[in-house]
This record gives sequence, structure tokens and C-alpha cells, in this order.
Amino acid sequence: MRDRHLKYLFVLPALIVVASTAIWPLLQSFYLSFREWKLNRARESKALWDFEYDGWENITYLFDNYLQAVQDDLMWNAVQVTSIFTVASVILSVGMALGLALLLAPGGKFRLTVRTMLILPFAMSPALIGVSWRFMFQPDFGLFKAFFDVLFPPLADVDWLGDPILAMIALVGSDVWHFTPFLTLVFIGGLATVPKDAQEAATIDGATSWMVFRDVTLPSILPVLAVGIVLKSIFSLKMFDQVYMLTNGGPAYATQTLAHYIYFNGFKYYDMGYASAVSYMLVIPMFGLTWVYMKLVFLKR
Amino acid sequence: MLSRPARKQINDFLQFFLILSAAVFIMIPIYWIISGAFKQQVDIFQLKLLFTPTLENFKIIFKSPYNLLDKLYNSTVVAFSTVVVAIPLATIAAYSFSRFRLTGERIMFVMILSTQFVPAVVIVLPFFILFRDLGILDTKLSLVLVNLSLIMPFAIWMIKGFIDGIPLDTEEAALVDGSNRIQVIKNVVLPMALPGVITAAIFCFILAWNEFLFAVIITTNKAVTMPVGLSMFHAEEGVLWHLISAAGIMIMLPMFVLATLIQKHFVQGMTMGAVR
Repeated sequence: MRDRHLKYLFVLPALIVVASTAIWPLLQSFYLSFREWKLNRARESKALWDFEYDGWENITYLFDNYLQAVQDDLMWNAVQVTSIFTVASVILSVGMALGLALLLAPGGKFRLTVRTMLILPFAMSPALIGVSWRFMFQPDFGLFKAFFDVLFPPLADVDWLGDPILAMIALVGSDVWHFTPFLTLVFIGGLATVPKDAQEAATIDGATSWMVFRDVTLPSILPVLAVGIVLKSIFSLKMFDQVYMLTNGGPAYATQTLAHYIYFNGFKYYDMGYASAVSYMLVIPMFGLTWVYMKLVFLKR
Repeated sequence: MLSRPARKQINDFLQFFLILSAAVFIMIPIYWIISGAFKQQVDIFQLKLLFTPTLENFKIIFKSPYNLLDKLYNSTVVAFSTVVVAIPLATIAAYSFSRFRLTGERIMFVMILSTQFVPAVVIVLPFFILFRDLGILDTKLSLVLVNLSLIMPFAIWMIKGFIDGIPLDTEEAALVDGSNRIQVIKNVVLPMALPGVITAAIFCFILAWNEFLFAVIITTNKAVTMPVGLSMFHAEEGVLWHLISAAGIMIMLPMFVLATLIQKHFVQGMTMGAVR
């Protein structure tokens, strides 16, 4: 067979798998979002709007799931929680990772040893991270209690996961622990491409290390920094595993992210149509970020 | 004002101290799990640094009612099957993307890459309904199918990166000598791409092994995987942290080994080649 047929035959199986496992469910969710389908009641889904029966003037019925979402305080709560979580976790993990990458960039035995540790948190199951952090925050015999008993007694008897704000701090903390080492590796990779002679020349010319960082290092790692920020934002928006295992959305919905809210409506209340509608509200900002990410990836090539 | 050498010394010490704190911060939760796994239940409640280590927890988790061996088996079969289906398909697709110009190539790239960013909870809604209608909820097969949505884009993109790095000359020489394309792929490209393909396979295995959202929704009993199984260690007296820790070791240690093996390529895989 000739190459010009073969080359399409080669990509076909992979494309079929991607189309049926990712594209189909994406489109199907969109379709579901315009239907009423409560799995615990009906065996079949039914259209929210039927032209024959409702006529054109009631076409708004079609958007019932979306209207219900917009009117639900818990949905807006989940939007707020997701936003706060995303902003906090992105700023903290990216900031700390940049600092750590600058510290680790020079090399040497000690630094290289620490670098090998960086891969460990990211290779860990996020569900396991969630459980183990709940263990560490346990108010009677957790690690944080022991830690603050010694260092700062006023914080020792705090019930971390019982307080709305502290639970959010705990959730962000576990996520920052998970992602900072990985982002550090990303940024170390970026720092390796910074021209050494430009840094040295600036230092000889009497620039302080802050000036070297601001005028030489930062501009050349800006693309990698952007990749890190966008990638982390995407992961933060999707946050589910640790919410489920660490706080289960609580106390009283204080840490319920959108992914967890969708899970709750779809698989606890079995309201598939509604869950699909809300999930589309998560898909849209995601597509925006993905578009930015594509630009960054293709820019590199 | 301090002298220059003195300032440098202080600076070096400060850097050393900061790096050391970061290393401690990274290792403490891991140490916490490992030490918990070797503690008896009574020692969990007391924060003693010194305790008599026991292997009892590892015996308990494999016995009834926990039967962790079943979950270990499920996790292994699911992750392994996902990789075995995804990698060959991804490899031939990656070869084609790397070596030929295809009409609509860019659209295909965007399609493959963007699916990676679709929230998993959106993917699982229609699949749940489909599997329920087919009666295959709580099976390893259904979990492998949804996992493919997660694995395929990474696999294609990662292997394409490796094949891009293989020089064309040997391939062209073999073609001139009269081999056909399939022979060239089998005898020339595959041996050279093999380290890259194995790296991608390990990377995908880690992703599938740690996957939680699909598994917690689709499996309830028969096909429960290790991360989902973490939720079962409860008793009347509360959460059984010593058993969770022991199970946690079984989840994380194999992945530590695998991730360390492919350390250099891990970042590249995760960022889809945006960072090398």
C-alpha cells in the first residue's frame, strides 16, 4: 500500500479511540444538558421542550437545567469555592516553585539530591494525598497538632477540617504540596535555557542579583512560567480527588468545588441533565485556558 | 556593613536552610504514611517518635474484610490493559504525525490535545449512563474504556516527541534498499523508538494507576481499585489510619520507583512537550 493511504490508516485507530472516549461524551453531555433525566425516577430521558406540545413561545423550557443552575445558591457557592481555590493554589504553588527552582538551579551534590525528591509527590495518588492529609490534620493525634504543640501552642487545638476557612487552607495546602515540586521541575527546565553569559555580564557590570533576575532571568523564562501558570490553573479548576478524600466538600459546602458539586448532583441525586448543564459551565472556562495553552505549545514549535 | 565574603557566607547558609526546609516539607507527609504503616493502632494515637515497628498491618489488609489483594489485582489489570491498548495505537499514529504531512493535521492535533483538558466529571456522565444500560458498571472493562480518554492524548503526544528526535537517514536508506514502509517501521524505527515508547508506557501506567474520579464513580464492589479502596478502612472506633497507611505504601511505592525511572521525561510528558 502507498504511503499516502497508509499515513491516514495509521492515525485512524487512535483518532477513533479519542473520538469515542473523549469527543463523544463531551457532545453527549451537551445533549443531556437540554433533557430531563433523573436516573432514580425515569428509565428514559425526556426532552425539556417539545415543539408540538409547548410551541415556540415556551422555548425557554429548553434551558431549564441551566436556569435551575443559575438560580441555585449552592452552584454559585461552588463557583466561588473553585475560584478562590484556583487563585490561591496557582499563586502559592507557582510562586514557591519559582523560588525553589532559583535556589536549586545552580547544581552541586546537595541540590541534585533534593531535585530527585521533587518527582515523588507528583507520582502519588491524589486520593492518597487527600487521605493522608486528613490524617495529618486529625485534631487529637495528627501531625499538625504535634507540630504546633511545640512551635506555636495557640494553633495546637484547632480543628482544621471543622472550620470553613481553615478547611480551605488545608485543601490549598495539600494541593500546593502536590504541585509545587512538579512545577519546580518545570521551572528548573526553563532556567537551564537562560543564557549564562548575559547573567555573568550583568553581574560584572555591577547589577545586583535582584536586577539580574528582573532584567535577564525573568524575561527568558516567561514562556515557561506561562506554561506553568496555565497548566496549574487547568488542574486547579478540575480539582476533585483531594476534595473528596480530605474535606468531602465540607464543612457545610465550604470547600465544595464545581467538580465535586457536579459529582454530587450526578451521582448522589442522579440528576444527569442538571449535572451535565453545570459541567458545561466548567467546560467553557476550560476551553479558554486550553486555547491559551495550545498557543503556548505551538509557539514553542 | 558586612564584608563581601561574610555576606556570601550568610547568603549560602540561608539558601542551604531554605532548600533543606523545602526538602523536609516534601518528605514529611511521605514519612508520615510510611511510619504509620509500621505502627500498631495504639501507637497511632500517641505521637511517639520511637515505637516498636510491626508488620501486622500488612497482614491485616490482605485478609477479609479488606482483601486488598483483589484491589491490587484490579488496579494492575486496569492500568496494564489501558496501556496495552493505548500504546500500540498511539505509536503508529505518532509515527504518521511525525513523518508525514496530513490534511487536517492541525485540527487533529488540537482535537487530541484539547480532550486532555476536558474535566473528567464531564466525560464520565454519559459513560455512566451507557455502562448502566449495557450492564457493565463495576467492571474492569468499563474502567479501561474511560481511562483511555485520559491516556491516549498523552501517549500520542509523548511518543511523537520521541520519534521526532530520531534522525531520518537510516529510515530513508532502508526505503531506498527496497523495504516497504511496514518493514521499515518494524525493523528500523521501532528498535530506535523503543526506549521512548517504554517511557511513555510507564508514564501512562502511573496516570492510570492513580486515577480516582472514574474509578470512584464506576466501581462499587467487584472492580474497586487501590485509591478507591482507601475509603474502606473504617471501623466502629473510627478511621483505621494504620491500615490506610499500609495500603498507602502499596499505592505509592511502586509509582515512586516507576517515576524515578523516567524522571527526565516526566515533566515533558505532563506539559505535552511545552517544556523540555
